[in-house]
Amino acid sequence: MSDTQKPPELAGFEARLKEAEARQAAAEKPPDERGKGMALAFRVSAELVGGLIVGVGIGWLLDRWLGTKPWLLIVFFLLGSAAGLVSVMRTVSGMGHGVGYKPTPGEPRKGDDGTKTGREARGE
Amino acid sequence: MAEKHSPLEQFLIKPLVPIKIGGVDLSFTNSALVMVIVVVLVGLLMTKGMGKRGLVPGRLQSVAELSYEFVANLIRETVGTAGRKYFPLIFTLFMFVLFGNMLGMIPSVFTFTSHIAVTFFMAAVVFIGVTVLGFVRHGAHFFSFFLPAGVPWILWPLIIPIEIISYLSRPLSLSVRLFANMLAGHALLKVLAGFVPLLGIAGIAPLLVVFALVGLEFLVAFVQAYVFTILTCVYINDAENMH
Repeated sequence: MSDTQKPPELAGFEARLKEAEARQAAAEKPPDERGKGMALAFRVSAELVGGLIVGVGIGWLLDRWLGTKPWLLIVFFLLGSAAGLVSVMRTVSGMGHGVGYKPTPGEPRKGDDGTKTGREARGE
Repeated sequence: MAEKHSPLEQFLIKPLVPIKIGGVDLSFTNSALVMVIVVVLVGLLMTKGMGKRGLVPGRLQSVAELSYEFVANLIRETVGTAGRKYFPLIFTLFMFVLFGNMLGMIPSVFTFTSHIAVTFFMAAVVFIGVTVLGFVRHGAHFFSFFLPAGVPWILWPLIIPIEIISYLSRPLSLSVRLFANMLAGHALLKVLAGFVPLLGIAGIAPLLVVFALVGLEFLVAFVQAYVFTILTCVYINDAENMH
C-alpha cells in the first residue's frame, strides 16, 4: 500500500476546493473593500451637513453681532450649502480633500515619495 | 416618567466621584471611567502583547502587530513617508476611538464616543494642530489654501468664503460623524430591543432585527474609527505637502 495513493473521495478534492474558493471569492468582495466603500459613504454625508451647519452658524452669529437679521444668515446659508457640495465633490472625485486643491495641469497628484497617494490608488 | 426605559438613558453622564474645584464640575464620571479602562486596555495590549517579542507572534502579539501595521499602512498610503513622525498621535487616536466604540458594544457599558463633547474635543485638537502645522510649514503661503488656482478674480468674493467655510467645517463634520453614528446606532438598538418584550411571541421579529443590527453596529464601530483616523491623516497630508 503506497502513501501517495489517495482514497477515492479525496481524489478530486484539491480541484473541488479550488473551485469552491474561486466561487466564494467571486461572490463577495473582500471585506476590506466593503469597509472602504462604507467609510466613503459616511464621509460624504457628514461633509455635506458640516458645510451647511458652519455656514448657518457663521451667518447667525454675524447677524446677531451686526444686527442685520436675517440677511447674512441667508447669504451664509447659501455659501455653506455650496461649501458642503464642494467638499462632497472633492471627496467623491478623488481630487484630494484639501481645501483649495490646486491641480497641476497634466500631472496627477502625487504623494511626496513620488508614488500615487492611497486615495488615487483606491480610486476614491 | 419612564426614565428607566428611555432609549436615551444609556447616554446619561453620571458622576461617580464628585469633584468640584472653584465652581467647575470636574467629577470623575462613568464616561471618564470607560476612557480610563480603554487607555489601560490599549496600554496592556501593546506592552503585554509586545513584551515577549516572539519571532512567531502569539495571539496577543498578533493583535498588537496587526493594529500597528494597519495604522502604519494607512499613514504611508495617505501622507507618505513624511507622515511617520505623526504615527504616535494617529495610532493613539485610532486605538482610543476603536476601543471606545467596541467597548460601547458591550451591553451596559457607557459609549463615550456617542458624546459630541468627546468627539469634538478630539476633532478640535486635530484641526488646531493641523492649522498650526500648516502655518509653521508654509507661513503666509498657507492662506493660498483658500484660493484655488485659475479662479478669475471676479469670483474671488464668492470662492474665498466658500473655501473658508469648507475648511472650518472640517472639525464639525469629523466630530458629528462619529458621535451621530454611535448615538443613532445605540439608540436604535435600544428602541428596537424595547419592542421585544412588548410584542410577546411576535417579538421574535424585532429580536431578529436587533440581532442583525448588532452585527452592523460592530462594523460601524470599526469603520467610524477608521474614518476618523484616515481623515486625520488626510488633513495632516494637506498641511504637510501643500499643493
